[in-house]
Amino acid sequence: MLEFISQPWPWYVAGPMIAIVMFSLLLMGGGFGISSNLRTMCAILGAGKTCEFFDFNWRSQIWNLVFALGLIIGGLIAHLYLVPSAEVQISEATMMELSQYGIESPGRSLVPESMFSWDSLLTLRGFFMLVVGGFLVGFGTRYAGGCTSGHAISGLSNLQLPSLIAVIGFFIGGLFVTYLVLPTLLTL
Amino acid sequence: MKLFRYLFIGIIFGITLAKAEIVSWYRIYEMFRFQSFHMYGVIGSAVVIGIIFVQIIKRTRMKSIDGEPITINPKQFSVPRYLLGGIIFGLGWAMTGACPGPMFILVGNGVSVIVVVILSALLDTYVYGLLRKKLPH
Repeated sequence: MLEFISQPWPWYVAGPMIAIVMFSLLLMGGGFGISSNLRTMCAILGAGKTCEFFDFNWRSQIWNLVFALGLIIGGLIAHLYLVPSAEVQISEATMMELSQYGIESPGRSLVPESMFSWDSLLTLRGFFMLVVGGFLVGFGTRYAGGCTSGHAISGLSNLQLPSLIAVIGFFIGGLFVTYLVLPTLLTL
Repeated sequence: MKLFRYLFIGIIFGITLAKAEIVSWYRIYEMFRFQSFHMYGVIGSAVVIGIIFVQIIKRTRMKSIDGEPITINPKQFSVPRYLLGGIIFGLGWAMTGACPGPMFILVGNGVSVIVVVILSALLDTYVYGLLRKKLPH
């Protein structure tokens, strides 16, 4: 059993599991939206004193923070107990392309090690990818009122036009960076 | 006690996204380059089954396990907000290779520097709060 679930999971297992997670959260009286936690954390850190957007009863959102804590534990369990190999099964084309950009053995670990290291923060590439990237994620999710879980999964499942617009936006932004920015950024 | 069930679902979700490699920067890059069906299969099948679940909830007027009616709030219609916000999020998603869920899962996976990404996202969530009234919604 443990060996079985330790293999990389195919899309047709992961997709239905994600839908079940959303369904479970609805049944428990919550909703599926992870980026709201960033707003809640700002509120807990006292942002409500200087900005009314964060002045709400964050205690009602503790369940979602507990869910996020579960994500960290889930990642830890997968990392410690369910890893026969840390390789990511990306396509040949992706591997070849990223090698050309100077990424060492693409797919060997979960994330490109040279980029996701503390040292890389001091390089232009690392600073852009991690700090600026994080900035854009934080700002964008709140502006759009949701991220992948809130719009792409929950919103589309509820046939919401605003979520479709948001997802189209996700792709416009993502394609722009991937095709026009990353080729330069990755070789910095 | 109630909170434990959210913890449990979070753990299941964390394991799923880690084991299906959705937390991998490589998978997001590959998705935006259309070099693999994987991510499209994950999101597509989640949405198709999600639509069925939401329809079941609505048509049977299903109640939550605490006996409350389940309400799914419709989102208020607007174009600039979702399009501009979505584009900004997309730019960041393609750079960090992580949306908010995977950010937390990567902490558990031992990618410690992702904490910087989370702090950065937190800071700019705050900046959004400050600028909110000046932005088109």
